[in-house]
Amino acid sequence: MEMRDEAARSQALKSIPGPLIGIVILIAIAYLLDATANPYTQFVLTMILANAVLATSLNLVNGFTGQFSLGHAGFMAVGAYTSAWLATRPELAFLPDYLKFLSLPIAAGLLAAIAGYIVGLPSLRLKGDYLAIVTLGFGEIIRVILLNSEAVGGARGLYGIPAAAAIPSLGMSEFISQFSISSIWLVITFVTLWRIVHSAKGRAFLSVREDEIAAEAMGINITQTKVRAFVISAFFAGVGGALFAHTVKYLNPATFTFTKSVDIIIMIVLGGMGSFTGSVIAAAIITVLPEMVLRELQQLTGVDLRMVIYSLMLILFMILKPTGILGTLEATDILRKLRERFKPAAAQESK
Amino acid sequence: MDQGHSQEFIQHLINGISLGSIYALIALGYTMVYGILQLINFAHSEVYMVGAFAAFYVGKALGLADHPGVLALLVLIFSAVVVCSLLGITIERLAYRPLRKAPKLNILITAIGVSLLLQYSGQIIFGADPKLFPEVIKDSPLFSIGTVEVRSLDLTILIVSTLVMAGLHFLVHYTKIGTAMRAVSSNANVANLMGINVDRIITYTFVIGSSLAGVASVLVGLKYPKIDPLMGMLFGIKAFVAAVLGGIGSLPGAMLGGVILGLCEEMVVGYLSSTYRDALAFGILILILLLRPAGLLGTVTREKV
Repeated sequence: MEMRDEAARSQALKSIPGPLIGIVILIAIAYLLDATANPYTQFVLTMILANAVLATSLNLVNGFTGQFSLGHAGFMAVGAYTSAWLATRPELAFLPDYLKFLSLPIAAGLLAAIAGYIVGLPSLRLKGDYLAIVTLGFGEIIRVILLNSEAVGGARGLYGIPAAAAIPSLGMSEFISQFSISSIWLVITFVTLWRIVHSAKGRAFLSVREDEIAAEAMGINITQTKVRAFVISAFFAGVGGALFAHTVKYLNPATFTFTKSVDIIIMIVLGGMGSFTGSVIAAAIITVLPEMVLRELQQLTGVDLRMVIYSLMLILFMILKPTGILGTLEATDILRKLRERFKPAAAQESK
Repeated sequence: MDQGHSQEFIQHLINGISLGSIYALIALGYTMVYGILQLINFAHSEVYMVGAFAAFYVGKALGLADHPGVLALLVLIFSAVVVCSLLGITIERLAYRPLRKAPKLNILITAIGVSLLLQYSGQIIFGADPKLFPEVIKDSPLFSIGTVEVRSLDLTILIVSTLVMAGLHFLVHYTKIGTAMRAVSSNANVANLMGINVDRIITYTFVIGSSLAGVASVLVGLKYPKIDPLMGMLFGIKAFVAAVLGGIGSLPGAMLGGVILGLCEEMVVGYLSSTYRDALAFGILILILLLRPAGLLGTVTREKV
């Protein structure tokens, strides 16, 4: 089964039309939501997209490469601040608004990737727990630097971050602009990471996760492979940060603490470390859950139970179901198996 | 260097050593658990936080702030030690033992989960606002050498931590439990074959490590009287850095690392700026991991296939 899953996955998302259809569907959803949902729901749903980008990118390092980074919020912060700062630059005013906001995540990602390289190169020579502490430390250092940078607001934070404007000629409201840009980037992130993991280089990531010594014996440069995964992951963390910045429109160094990194870790643990579709599903759950269920609970009990419940979830998942919802399976594998089970004849023919 | 400067320096030296010996006490807990389970016990810093609150509530219930003295100090330390040990055992039983055979990453995530759980339930149970720790040792200058003051608090911290560390040294090197602990740390499987109950030794390790955190929590409460549920986090990470600095798994290393870190921090605050005080520990950590990953007193282990 494992081999067939792998074969099916490496064929998936190879063509251009697939991802394009995904983007079109998401944009159609945006138009639908614009007409039906209230601004608050729209905000939460846009956050799902940013969080999904963050979770899938962290999964590349923690799930597929078997390293443990606790500093994802740091790279996210680099991306968020870069994008927010660039968005207000008059030098970039010549760009059409939509195009500008579509391309800002690239700059955000590049800067985050550079930060990832600087962090990764020394620390990825370390193993498991040490790496966790060092990445946690770097995340904190990035935060302390932001806290002391008056150019980006320091401790006061950065207010009035612009978001992509409405395009009335296409019937696009501000929400549709932002949602569609986030959708496009989520699809880009997802497809890129998926294709990377199922390429020859991607198998190197998996081999490092499975057994470093054996991988090294097969001629894989361990440190280089880890750094590569780390830099790619940091790039998309920066992208996610940029999407986050233009969705919430206000940044504060206090947003990007250790707790933010743990939020993202909970998403990948819940979804399954080593499952991109799992990360997307879990990102949706973890984003919506506090807004819907926990808010009610907080009003009922008068105390904020969010982190208590999250940490209990972490512990219980690790003890009872360490693989998360999907483990290393992808949702597509499960769909394909279901199809085969319910249409045995069709499956026989295709063989 | 004139007279005033050297006196200021000695003052910083005393402060640094007293801070460092507290780091050392907590670092010992990290290093002992790491030595036996190869696990960074993220929850250790929260055990220490709970210890401080236990001492706070006992002190409040008995009205110890009105009867300062050595006896009051001992009562606080005793209550913190008991609560911390129980908490340590509970954490080990409920969260770590079911995962004994699981991949290390899963145990690490669990440890982070336990740490967060204690932090945030602490905020709900104890309240998020800082509490004032009972001042059972009045901080007054005891005697002075030149113009350098030796304060009663610093002396207390130094005496208590030295006694505790000496006790630990005796326990580890001259008792049966200590021998068993060293055996498990060197090779758990072989120790098991030699008739040592590994699970029980692990429990003892958690008890001892948590007790040290309990002692440290009272000392910190005296030195920095404002305690809150998030106090463990940063202090814990710094103590962990101290353990890595000295060589994780090495008891003398943890003590040395703690004192060095305390001194460095005090000197940075005294002579440079307090802004980057918290970033210093991480800087040291990154440097030591790059230059000498085994730590100052640690032994280099080669991985065998």
